[in-house]
Amino acid sequence: MVMLKVLFFGQLKEVIKTECLNIEIIQNGKQLNTVAKLRSILQAKDNTWEEYLAYGKALVAVNQEMTSDDTVLCDADEVAFFPPVTGG
Amino acid sequence: MSHFTQIVVQAQDFDLAHEYQKLRNSNDSDGALVTFVGLVRDTNLQQSVSSLYLEHYPAMTEKVLNKIVEKARTKWLLGSVSIIHRVGRLDVSEQIVFVGVTSQHRQSAYHANEFIMDYLKTQAPFWKKETTTQGDKWIEAKASDRKKFKDWS
Repeated sequence: MVMLKVLFFGQLKEVIKTECLNIEIIQNGKQLNTVAKLRSILQAKDNTWEEYLAYGKALVAVNQEMTSDDTVLCDADEVAFFPPVTGG
Repeated sequence: MSHFTQIVVQAQDFDLAHEYQKLRNSNDSDGALVTFVGLVRDTNLQQSVSSLYLEHYPAMTEKVLNKIVEKARTKWLLGSVSIIHRVGRLDVSEQIVFVGVTSQHRQSAYHANEFIMDYLKTQAPFWKKETTTQGDKWIEAKASDRKKFKDWS
């Protein structure tokens, strides 16, 4: 079992009306708990989540570092999803 | 005084002359000091903008900015580096971001300053929402910014 803290920012946070959630991923056989798996669990919530969390539309950071969807998640990781950044 | 790296994320404005002096006073060996200031424009994509709202991911922002400076320091021999980025509500013509770099000769400072801004624009977790005559909307990332970032690698 893996407990994760998931954060959302920018337009994504606004459209899904969620800033933060705690989620538990149950180990499914030998399948790895990756960012891709978490993304698909979240996308299954409804059409808005599916659209705005789509790969390419929402970037991801694990423990405050931008990373890719094949990253394996560990217990107590902080995962953040957000649109491509627009600072500066 | 000696060379330093300064990373600041704050809601309040900054004083360019003060930041310039800090960089200038940091050492006597650097002959170049390049500064960049980003401002809130009054138009974007043909729409009139009245203000911006800048959101960020606090736990991540300073980490990323520090990494960008570290990366710049591996590419050029730099003296002091300072980045200030503002968050919250900003009106037209207000200052958004400051990047200041010193080096012995101008080329390193010019290049490093541009490199830091190009990385900041695509890697640092800030998001802008603008208030326009057509309502509020989140700004979308630009392909031209992604290209500038990729051109460095």
